[in-house]
Amino acid sequence: MIEQLATSFIASAAFGVIFNAPQKSLLKCGLVGMVGWIIYVTLYEYSSDSVFSSLVASFCIAIISQFFAKKYRTPVIIFNVSGIIPLVPGGLAYDAMRRVVENEYNAAISLAAEAFMISGSIAIGLVLSEVINQIIRKKKLRKVSSEGL
Amino acid sequence: MVNYNENEIFDIMEVCLLAGKIMLRSGAETYRVEDTMMRIGSAYGVEQSHSYVTPTGIIFSVSSKTPTQLVRIEDRSTDLQKVEKVNSISREISNGELSVEEAFKQLKVIEQAAHAYPIWVQIAAASISSGCFLIMFNGGWSDFLPAVIAAGIGFSSLIYFHQLVEIKFFAEFLASFVIGLLAVLMVTLNIGTELDKIIIGSVMPLVPGLLITNAVRDLMAGHLVSGISKGAEAFLTAFAIGAGVAVVFSIY
Repeated sequence: MIEQLATSFIASAAFGVIFNAPQKSLLKCGLVGMVGWIIYVTLYEYSSDSVFSSLVASFCIAIISQFFAKKYRTPVIIFNVSGIIPLVPGGLAYDAMRRVVENEYNAAISLAAEAFMISGSIAIGLVLSEVINQIIRKKKLRKVSSEGL
Repeated sequence: MVNYNENEIFDIMEVCLLAGKIMLRSGAETYRVEDTMMRIGSAYGVEQSHSYVTPTGIIFSVSSKTPTQLVRIEDRSTDLQKVEKVNSISREISNGELSVEEAFKQLKVIEQAAHAYPIWVQIAAASISSGCFLIMFNGGWSDFLPAVIAAGIGFSSLIYFHQLVEIKFFAEFLASFVIGLLAVLMVTLNIGTELDKIIIGSVMPLVPGLLITNAVRDLMAGHLVSGISKGAEAFLTAFAIGAGVAVVFSIY
């Protein structure tokens, strides 16, 4: 477990370097990635459902990123991107492509479908937290304006 | 609209377009680009502006009297530092702290800025992250070093080939071919053990993870053209990586 914590932290922070994230946000990038990966791994151990696990993990990543974005006044995308990198089904996509070339089309299609489902669930997790954030903000605005009246 | 003359409106449009161009080329989300351009416009007193943003170009118009402007985007990369800087400039403009000329000057400086980390740091980051991915995907520590080496050489060859040929597809294809060759070589020399794990770990820096997710997000937000074209770009990259490795397998 400590192994997973350390490697996911380093991998996410290193991706921050590749994506040219500002130096002061690299540690936070690593932190977001680490939390997301740990949630994914624990959920996957219990449910062995990668689509559900990545949905929950990316939802949590988005919430933490939004918190950081608000606190440090930087665009959300800086924390989001390095956070979701460990979840992205790159390995699956590669595996699917390899099966295609080896003429195992049935295996390839099921792998590709799984990769598509996972990337869809990551995106839904991100969008869901954004929507909730917007709803909360609108409610606050309405409250302020009604108090003002 | 405040009473501006035509030249002033052109200057404002230029600032909006430059900000949008830098953001789009650095991999910002489509809605953020549109939002930033609109905010800058309204901060300078242009109440109604319309923008149409796709990954390959921006169309921007402020009123029916002035001509509509168009910017072409040739190459896209991920450069979060530029996104952050343009974002803070747009915030300063909204607070009324920057004049049009000053904003244009600062944006020009950002546009010309180079990658903040030197190339060797990027290569080191790519190789270390690949080693970490190998461990995260339940690989053994004995394969850590092979993955680091394969990813380091693979990522540097990606940068090299990208300078050599303009077409991104071939650079990615050749880089993943190099990674596949190195992985096979190291397994046959008994330096590494699990071929699949080494390859998956070391292609991770090339994988279009950001593009896939951004594509689905754009689609959900209603930016259909951007979503589909980003999805196509992601598919092309995945295909290039898969094909590059597969060529190695068919030889091996």
